[in-house]
Amino acid sequence: MAAVEVEKQRGRSAAVAIAALVIAAGIPLWWKTTETYRAWLPAARISELEALQLELRVEVEVVFARGTLSPEQQKKVPASRMREQQQQVDDKTGLKFTYETRFRTATVMEEDALNQPTAAEADHALHTLTETSCGSVVIYIIPEASALLPQDMRVYVGRSRTALLRSQVASVVGAGLPEVLAALDPQMEQVLQTMSFNHQDVTAALTDRLRPGLSTRDSLADSMRAFKSSPGYEITFSLLNPDPKHHQLHWDVEAALDAYIYPLLHKMAPVANFSVDSQILYYAVLGVNPRYDASASAYTLSADSLAHVINPVEARLGSNAASSNPVLNFLLYVPDSLHSPLIIRNDQKQEVASNAFHSPRWGGIMVYNVDGAYGNDTQFPVDIAIDMSRVMGVFLSQLRLMLGFQQTGAPPGFVLEAAGREGVAEWELDRLLWSRSVENVATASASITSLAQLLDQIANIVINDNIAQQVASAVTALQAAVAELEAGNLALALEHSREAISASERAFFDPSLLHLLYFPDDQKFAIYIPLFLPMCVPILLSLLKIFREVQQHRAEKRAKRD
Amino acid sequence: GWKRGSSFLPGIDVTDTKLSTSAFLLLHQARAERFFRSDHTNNWAVLVCTSRFWFNYRHVANTLSVYRSVKRLGIPDSHIVLMLADDMACNHRNPKPATVFSHKNMELNVYGDDVEVDYRGYEVTVENFLRVLTGRLPPSTPRSKRLLSDDHSNILIYLTGHGGNGFLKFQDSEEISNVELADAFEQMWQKRRYNELLFIIDTCQGASMYERFYSPNLMALASSQVGEDSLSHQPDLAIGVHLMDRYTFYLLEFLEDIHPASQANMNDLFKVCPKSQCVSTPGHRTDLFQRDPGSVLITDFFGSVRKVEITMETINLTPHTETALAYVDQLPVAQIIHQKPKQKDWHPPDGFILGLWTLILLVFFRTYGIKHLKHIF
Repeated sequence: MAAVEVEKQRGRSAAVAIAALVIAAGIPLWWKTTETYRAWLPAARISELEALQLELRVEVEVVFARGTLSPEQQKKVPASRMREQQQQVDDKTGLKFTYETRFRTATVMEEDALNQPTAAEADHALHTLTETSCGSVVIYIIPEASALLPQDMRVYVGRSRTALLRSQVASVVGAGLPEVLAALDPQMEQVLQTMSFNHQDVTAALTDRLRPGLSTRDSLADSMRAFKSSPGYEITFSLLNPDPKHHQLHWDVEAALDAYIYPLLHKMAPVANFSVDSQILYYAVLGVNPRYDASASAYTLSADSLAHVINPVEARLGSNAASSNPVLNFLLYVPDSLHSPLIIRNDQKQEVASNAFHSPRWGGIMVYNVDGAYGNDTQFPVDIAIDMSRVMGVFLSQLRLMLGFQQTGAPPGFVLEAAGREGVAEWELDRLLWSRSVENVATASASITSLAQLLDQIANIVINDNIAQQVASAVTALQAAVAELEAGNLALALEHSREAISASERAFFDPSLLHLLYFPDDQKFAIYIPLFLPMCVPILLSLLKIFREVQQHRAEKRAKRD
Repeated sequence: GWKRGSSFLPGIDVTDTKLSTSAFLLLHQARAERFFRSDHTNNWAVLVCTSRFWFNYRHVANTLSVYRSVKRLGIPDSHIVLMLADDMACNHRNPKPATVFSHKNMELNVYGDDVEVDYRGYEVTVENFLRVLTGRLPPSTPRSKRLLSDDHSNILIYLTGHGGNGFLKFQDSEEISNVELADAFEQMWQKRRYNELLFIIDTCQGASMYERFYSPNLMALASSQVGEDSLSHQPDLAIGVHLMDRYTFYLLEFLEDIHPASQANMNDLFKVCPKSQCVSTPGHRTDLFQRDPGSVLITDFFGSVRKVEITMETINLTPHTETALAYVDQLPVAQIIHQKPKQKDWHPPDGFILGLWTLILLVFFRTYGIKHLKHIF
C-alpha cells in the first residue's frame, strides 16, 4: 500500500511539474516565437498629422515711389502689417494664409531705375538692384500719371518677383494714409493672387487628402493636365519621318535643347530631376487619315480626330525600362509629301497657329510642314533642316503646361511679362513651388496616416526596422516642411517636403509590407489543435484528478475531525 | 526655304507674347468643355489567367481575347500587365502550335503575332498579383511588370480561372480570397492609384469575389452568381479541349463591334450573355461607382481615348548662334572596343601526325613481323 501511495504521489508531482513547465515556460516561448516582428512606429506623431493645419506665409514688400505719397504720409508709413486669412477646407485640413507686408519708400537707385522709358527696362534695372528671396513679392507703387504703363493697364508683372502697381488714389491733399492704404489693398490682393498662391491652387494641391468631388471644374482641368509631384521625369523628343524617300530631315536637337529647354530644367532642379533623350522614328504614321480641304488646298485634321492620333504612335515610342518615372513625349511630325501641307483645325474650324496639340499627362505633338521648302521638280530625297527655334517654342510652352505652370490669363488691367528665354519667370516658379510644397505635404501626410492605419488593422504584417526608420524620417521632414512654410522659407520648405514624400513613398511601397496572406482565425485553430490538444488533454485531466483527490482528502479530514 | 548649312543670325533677342483677356476666356471655355465627360487621362489593364494545364486552355483563350480587344481599342502594351499562368500556344499538346483559338471553326487566332506577356508561368502567383496591384514590387522590377497608374487612370482588371465561393484558385496550389482582393483595392484607393476601376471576373461563383469591395469608384461584373457554375462554350474536336468560356465568348463578340469612337455604354455591357446564352446568370455591382453606368463609355475602360487640347500659346524664340561644336579627338576603334585577340585553334606542329602514324606502324610491324608490310604497300 505504501508503494502504491508513493507511486501515486510521484504521479501527482509529475503531473504538476509538467503542467507547471508547460504554463511557465511553454506558453511564453510559444508566444515569443510566433509573434510577428513589429518595429515601433511613432504613432502619436502620426496621429497628429491626421489633422493638418497648414499656414502659408508670404513676405510682401511694398515700395512707394516718389509722387505716390505726400511727405506727411511718408512719415507715417507703418513699418509692417500682417494680414491673415483662414480657410477650413474640410474637417481635417485647415489653411491659413498670412501676408506679412512691409512698407518703405523707394531708394534713390530705385527711383533711377523707375525712370526708365519702358516697364520692361525698369523691371530689368530693379532686378539688378535687389535680391529677392524665394517666395517673396515686391510691389512698387508708381504714381498715377506715370508713363511706364499704358493708360488702361494698372499692373505690370515682371520677370522676377517684382510688380509695378499704379496708384489709384492721387496724392490728394487731405487724403489720409489709411485711405491710401485701404485703396491699395484690393489691388495688392489681386497682385498677390496672381503672383503668389491663390485659394483654388492650394485647394487643388490638397486633393490627395480630400474626399473626391471637392475641387472646382477649372482647377480639376488644371490638375488633370499637369503631372503629379514625382521625384523625376523623363522627357523624350521624337522626330517622326513617315517619308524618308522624299524628305531627309536634319534637326539639331542637342543644340536646341541646350539653348531652350535646359535653362528651364535647370531652374526646375529644386522641384525634380529630369532626364532628356531624343530619337528619330522612320515610317511612323499618324493613325488617322487627314481629309483634303480644297478651300485651303491642304490636308486637315479636325479636333475630334486628334484624340485617336496618339495611340498608334505610342506603341512605337520606347521608354526607359530602368526607371518608373512619368514620361513626357514631345513628337515632331513632318507629313509625307503626299499629305503635305497638313494643318490642324480647332472646333470652330479655324486654323491653329501653332499647328500643335497636347494631351494631359502625356505630352505634345506638333505638325511641321515642309512643303514650302522645295518645288515639284527637285531631286528626291530633299535635305531639309528643321527650324528648331519654332519647334522648341511650341514644345517649351507645352512643357510648361505639363510641368504645372498654369496658363494664367492676365486678369483685367494686368500686363504679364512673358518669360522669354529662361522659359519661366521667377514668380511663376514660386507659384509652382507653393503648390508643389503643399501637394507634397498633403500626399506625404496622407501616405503616412494610411500606412499607420493599415499596419494597425492587419496584425500579421511584419514591420522591419528600415520601414520604421523611413516613417520616422518622413514624419520629421514633414513637420520641418510645415514649419518652414509657416516661417515663409519656400525653398527650404520644398526641400523638406520632397524628403518627406520620398521617405513616405519608400515606406509605403516597401516590398516587405505584403501582409502574410489572409489567415482567418478558424485556420489558426486548425493548425494549433493537432499540436497542442494531444499534449494538453492528459495534463488537464490529471490536474483535475489531483484537484478532485485533494478535495476528497480535505472532506475526509473534516469528517474525521468531526 | 531652309537648306542645310544655312547660318543662323547672331544675337539673342526674345520678343514677348502677352495674352489678352478674350483669348483667356476662350481658352477656359474650350478647355472645360472638352474635359468633363470623364476625368481620366490614361488607361491601364491588368489581365490575369490563373490556371495552368492543357485542359484549362479556355482560360488562356479568355484572357487573350480580352487582351486583343483592349489592344485593338488603343491601350498600348506599356499600359497592359498580362499574366498567363501557362503557355498554350507552344504547349506540346497543341496540334496547331503558335495559335490559341477562340472558336471551334478556328476563325480567330487570339494569340496574334505581337502578344507581350509580362508575367508568365510560375510567376503568376497571388503574391505577385497583389504586388502588382498595390505597387509593392522590388526595386529591380522592370517597367513592363509594374502598374504605374496615377490618380487619373482608369484600370480594367480581368480575372479568369477556377473559383469558388469567396476565392479564386491560382496555379492549382493557392488561392486568393475576396477579402484580400477588397483590401488590395482599398490600398490602391488610399494611394490614389486609380480614378475608376472596372473589375470583370469569369469563374464559377464569380459574384462572390466582388461581394466584399468597399472602396469607392469600383464597378464589377461577374459571369455567374454564388452557387452557379460558369460553363465553357464549346469544345473543338481537333484541339481536344474547350476553347473558351461562354461569358467571355459573348463578351468578345460584343467587343468586336466596338471601335475607338463608339458610344456604347456600360448598360450594354451588363446585357452581355443573358441566362439563355450563358446558362449562368451574370451579375454586376455598381453601388460603389459614382457616375451613372449609362454615362460610362465602354472605351473609358477598354480603350484609350486621350483627351487632347490644342496648343494655343507658343513662345517666340529667335534662333541662337550656332556655337562651334568641338569634338573630342576620336580614338581608333580598336582602342574603344576592347576585344580580346581572337584565339586561333591550336594545331599540333607540322608533321606531327605523320610521325605519329609512322611510329604506330613501326611498332606494329616490329610486334607482328615484317611480313605484313607487303599488305600495306
